[in-house]
Amino acid sequence: MSNRVINILVPIISIIIGLIVGAIVMVVSGYDPVQGYMALWTGIFGDSYSIGNTIRQITPYILAGLAVAFAFRTGLFNIGVEGQLILGWLAAAWVGYAFELPKVIHLPLALLAAAAAGAFWAFIAGFLKAKFKVHEVIATIMLNYTALYIANAVISKLSDGGFKTERIHESASLRSPFLRELTDNSSLHYGIIVALLMVVVMWFILEKTTRGYELKAVGFNKNAAEYAGMSVNKNIILAMTISGMFAGLGGAMEALGTFQNASIKPGFTGIGFDGIAVALLGANTPLGVVFGASLFGSLKYGALNMPNAAGIPEEIVSIIIALIIFFVASGYIIRVGLQKLSKKKEGQ
Amino acid sequence: MKKRKFGLVLTSVLAASAILGACGAKDEEKPAKENENATSGENNKEAFTVAMVTDTGGVDDKSFNQSAWEGLEAYGKEHGLKQGDGFDYLQSKTDADYETNLNLLIRRDFNLIYGIGYLLKDAVEAVATENPDNQFVIVDEEVAADNVASVKFKEQEGAFLAGVAAAKMSKTGKIGFVGGMDIPVINRFQAGFVEGAKAVNPDIEIQQKYTGAFDKADLGKITANSMYSSGVDIIFHAAGATGKGVFSEAKERKKKDPNANVWVIGVDADQYEEGKVDDKTNVTLTSMLKGVNSAVIDISNKAKNGEFPGGQTLTYGLAEDGVKLADSRGAIPAEVQTVIDEYKEKIVKGEIKVPEKVEK
Repeated sequence: MSNRVINILVPIISIIIGLIVGAIVMVVSGYDPVQGYMALWTGIFGDSYSIGNTIRQITPYILAGLAVAFAFRTGLFNIGVEGQLILGWLAAAWVGYAFELPKVIHLPLALLAAAAAGAFWAFIAGFLKAKFKVHEVIATIMLNYTALYIANAVISKLSDGGFKTERIHESASLRSPFLRELTDNSSLHYGIIVALLMVVVMWFILEKTTRGYELKAVGFNKNAAEYAGMSVNKNIILAMTISGMFAGLGGAMEALGTFQNASIKPGFTGIGFDGIAVALLGANTPLGVVFGASLFGSLKYGALNMPNAAGIPEEIVSIIIALIIFFVASGYIIRVGLQKLSKKKEGQ
Repeated sequence: MKKRKFGLVLTSVLAASAILGACGAKDEEKPAKENENATSGENNKEAFTVAMVTDTGGVDDKSFNQSAWEGLEAYGKEHGLKQGDGFDYLQSKTDADYETNLNLLIRRDFNLIYGIGYLLKDAVEAVATENPDNQFVIVDEEVAADNVASVKFKEQEGAFLAGVAAAKMSKTGKIGFVGGMDIPVINRFQAGFVEGAKAVNPDIEIQQKYTGAFDKADLGKITANSMYSSGVDIIFHAAGATGKGVFSEAKERKKKDPNANVWVIGVDADQYEEGKVDDKTNVTLTSMLKGVNSAVIDISNKAKNGEFPGGQTLTYGLAEDGVKLADSRGAIPAEVQTVIDEYKEKIVKGEIKVPEKVEK
C-alpha cells in the first residue's frame, strides 16, 4: 500500500472503529445505537438550522486549532489558548459596545482589539521563555487562570456588579439577518470567513515568507537555527504572539458572533483546550486544522441532539463522543498496523 | 498483489458504508413519521404539551432546575402525558446551548417552553422574537414580549425566615451564607437571610461568601469547611449544585462526630434527603422552598386553558405561598417555630419590608 492510500485510510478506519466502540457503549447501557447515531447525524446535517449551528460551532475551533498549531510548528506548546481566547472575547465585546462607529471601522476594530488582547497575553509567555527560560507550558497554564479571573472581575466592574456586559452594537456584530434567514434562525455568523481567512494567513506566513521559514527552522532544531544566524529568542516571541492573535480572534467569534456580549464564566470554556486536540488531529497544518475543527465542532454540536431525539443521557453521549475522538487521535496505531500488514504481504 | 489487497479493503469499506447508509436512511424516515403521527394525534386530543431547558446546573441539581422539572412531571401526570412527546427537558452544558435547546424544542412542537433561570434571558428573548407564534416562560428574569410570561419570586422573604431560624438555633452565634454567583437573584437570598438573622439577634456574626458558580460542588465543600472550622454552626446555601458540597461537608463532620453541631439550610427544593447521614441523623435544619414547581404547574394549566399570561410578570412571595420554609421534621423546636410564624405574619401583612440587596 502506498503512503497516500494509508493517509486516506487511517482517518476513515479510525472513525469507523470509534463509531463501533461507541455503539457498543450504547448497546451495553441499553440504548439503540442506530437511533443514537441517526440523532447525531441529523443533529449535524439534519436541516439548514443544524448545518448553520454546526458551522458556527466549528468557527472558534478552527482559530483555537490554528493558535496551537502555529506555536507547535515553532516547537512551542501553547496551552494558554484558553486564556488568550477569553481575553480576546472580552476585548471584542468591550469595543463592540463601548464605541459607536460605522460598521466598516467598528467591526475590524473589534476584531483587531481581540487579536491584540490575545497576542499580548501570549507575548508575556513568549517573552518569559525567551528572556528567562521560563517554560511556556507552566507560564501559559498559569496565565489561563489569571485571564479567566481578570476577565470576570472586569466584566463585573463594567456591568456594575452584573454578570455580563452590554450587548454589542449592530455595527460590530458578525451576525447577519441574511445568514439567519438562510439557516432558519440558527446562530451562524460571518466569523467562519474570518476563520478561513486566517487559515490562509497561517499557510502564507509559514510557507511563503522568510520569517515563516525561520519560525519552522527554530521548531525543527533550535541549535541549528541559531548556528545559521537566526535569532531564536526573537522567533519564539514572535511565534507566541501570532499564536495568541489567532486565539484572541477565536474569542472575538464568540463575542461578536455567537453571544454578542461577554459574561462571567465560572470555569474555562474548553475551546482552547480542545484546540490542542484539533491541532494534533490536523497534524499542525492549516488545512488539517480545518478538518480537525470540523470533526470536533460537528460532534460537539450534533451530540446535543442525542438526548433530544434519541433519549440518550448526556453522560453516555459524552463518553461516545470522547471515544470517537480518542480513536481518531490514536490513528497512529492503525497506521502502524496497516504498514505492517502491507509489508508482510510484500515479504511473501 | 498490492493492488488487490487495496481493492479488497476499499470495497469492504465502501460496502460497509453503503450498508450503514442504507439502514440509516430507513430509520431516519421511521421516527420522523412516528413523530408526525404522534403530534397530530395529540393535537386532535388537544393535549397541551410543555417542555423546559435547564441552565448549566442540570436537571438533577437537587435544587432550582430539579424543582421546575418536578413541576413539569406533576403537570404531565395530571394530564396523562408521556415524557418525550408530552413533556420533556433538555439540559444545557454551556451557555452556548440555550438557544439551540430552545429551538430544538420548538421543532418538536411543544406548546409551551420554559427557560429555567436568569441565564436564559437573552436566549429566550431572541428565540421568542423569532418565533412569535410560540409561547415561552422565563423564570427569575423578565422578558418584555407578548409571547413570554415572566416568573419572579420574592426570595428575600423566604430567606428572611431562614435567617430567623438560623439566628435562633445557632449556639455559637456564628452563621454562614454560601451563594452561587454574585447576581441580583442570589443577592435577594443573601439580603433576606442577613436581615432575618439580625432581626432576632443584632449581634450575630454572619459569614457571607460567593463561590462564583452554581455547578461546582467542590467549591461549596471547601467554603463550608472553612466556615464550620471557624465556629459557624448553621450554613444557608443558595448555590444550586454547588450547595451539594455544603451538604457533603456537613455530613462528613456529623459522621466523624455524631455530637457535632452542624446544620445546613437547603434552598429551592426540600433538601431533607440531601442531608441524610443515616436513618436517625440528618443535617438539614430546614429548606427555603422556592415554589418553582408550583409556579410551573400553575402557568402550564393557565396556558392550557387559554389564559397564558403573556407579557406579564408574575411575582410569587410569602403571601402567594411562592416561597416558604420546609417542614423541619422536628429539628426546629416549637418555640422557635412560633417566632418564625410571627415574622411570617408580619411580612405577609406588609409590616416588615425585606430589602432585595444587602446594605454595604
